[in-house]
Amino acid sequence: MTSVPLLAAVNISKWFGEHQVLKSISFEVAAGEAICILGPSGSGKSTLLRCLNMLERPNEGAVFLTGDLMGYTTHRNGMRELPDRLEARQRQRLGMVFQQFNLFPHLTALENLTEAPTGVQKREKGIVKQEALALLERVGMSDKARAFPGQLSGGQQQRVAIARALAMKPEALLFDEPTSALDPEMVSEVLQVIRDLVRDGMTSVIVTHEVGFAREVCDRFLFLEDGELLEEGPSSSLNQNAVHPRTRAFLEKVL
Amino acid sequence: MNDSAAPDLPQAERWRAEAARLGASPHHPPNHAVRNALAVVILLVATAVVVDFARRPALDWEVVWKYLFDPTVMTGIRNTLLLTVLSMALALVLSVVLANMRLSGNPLLRAIAGVYVWLFRSIPLLVLLILWFNIAIIYPRIALGIPFGPEWWATDTRNVVSGFWAAVLAFGLQQAAYTSEIIRASLLAIPTGQREAAAALGMTKVRTFFRIIFPQAMRIAVPPISNDTINLLKATSLAAFIAVPDLLYTVQTIYNRTYQIIPLLLVATIWYTVFVSLLSYGQYHLERALRRDRVGRIS
Repeated sequence: MTSVPLLAAVNISKWFGEHQVLKSISFEVAAGEAICILGPSGSGKSTLLRCLNMLERPNEGAVFLTGDLMGYTTHRNGMRELPDRLEARQRQRLGMVFQQFNLFPHLTALENLTEAPTGVQKREKGIVKQEALALLERVGMSDKARAFPGQLSGGQQQRVAIARALAMKPEALLFDEPTSALDPEMVSEVLQVIRDLVRDGMTSVIVTHEVGFAREVCDRFLFLEDGELLEEGPSSSLNQNAVHPRTRAFLEKVL
Repeated sequence: MNDSAAPDLPQAERWRAEAARLGASPHHPPNHAVRNALAVVILLVATAVVVDFARRPALDWEVVWKYLFDPTVMTGIRNTLLLTVLSMALALVLSVVLANMRLSGNPLLRAIAGVYVWLFRSIPLLVLLILWFNIAIIYPRIALGIPFGPEWWATDTRNVVSGFWAAVLAFGLQQAAYTSEIIRASLLAIPTGQREAAAALGMTKVRTFFRIIFPQAMRIAVPPISNDTINLLKATSLAAFIAVPDLLYTVQTIYNRTYQIIPLLLVATIWYTVFVSLLSYGQYHLERALRRDRVGRIS
């Protein structure tokens, strides 16, 4: 790739106490690309994703968003954590969708969408509201704009959560197992929303267990095991012919 | 078991026949005769006690009526309510600060808040009240300026800390220690996912606290804080000890003059009951307002 990638992780390592959960992982995501991160439970997929927007701070390595160092400034010969305000400003550029949705239960679906654009980005309320309604329409939730999260099903909550992330007009979206907490009959409605977003060119990094979905929707995949990036390749090769024997073993189990 | 039933009929058949017969018969509620009788007896006894109490000559309802809306009593009510509101306001602001200190990443801030809570929960309220009332003995002068440097303004402590403000400080500072523990527990009850979602949306820690965490924590904190407010309303009667003319103190001054102790204590009791009822009513509506997502109202 000759142009600057939208998102680049360079030699990311992370320890939880003595346990190394990420072992010097590097990868890049081009603008408009969709990447999925696969791997068995406890392989460090979610931690890697959370390192991208500094919800977890890597112990080593760096993340660049269109060339900007995430979470740190260079200080003397090392890096210093950014102050809260600047870090918050950076995080606006990456949307995140959580396994447990994490909608704000005291706000309506519409208020969940408008809270950050009006409060953080200080954009004009009327315009934000119009955009938010359009986003709810896009995820098929416009009839529930005034409902509270507690009144919605899991699939509906996750669709609102995706719209909430989009309301900030992020440069890329991070999905942390977006369908893992859903009842089986609600998985497809959420996957359909993600599929449409990727098709519309939204840069996405998706941690998922849905291998079929990953193969269909994503351009490339990363396969993690025990914190190591074992294999990286086009998602069309997510089949029994996967190069790495461990990837193959994993796929055989889930396919 | 009915012996006249056909002996060769299988057991299951007999049960089915029995169930069909019983199912067609009327179903009666259980018999609660003893429980109902007990309820009536308790009601009668309670009524007798209340009626007897109310008709005791010492109560002297005419005196109660005479003083119920007495201007002096009204001043007392005003002071009691002011004491409660100001003390609770001080406690609420301070307790939010203390709770955040207790949950801070800085061990020194955690320790300072911990010592504060320990200290103010340890001192009896009455002792604290009398201490603040006599604060001028310890600090006779209050000055505003740079320590060991110039002084811009100074005054006698007695001019600033009157009995009323001594009471506000005593009640407010002690209540802050208790309320901070309520707030801390409520903050801890909010799932970490809420902070993460707010952070991912680019909210600063301060904004996350005020817009996301605190509103949710208050829904948990309102019932115990309401409880404490009701307690505080009555606890302010301790201010009578340092001659703050609150509700109890004003009725005391009247009965010290007229010796109508019981009717005047009744006057105070009636008013305390009225305001506790109002607070309970307010609590109910505050809880409903804060839990707007739970009451099923989609506005």
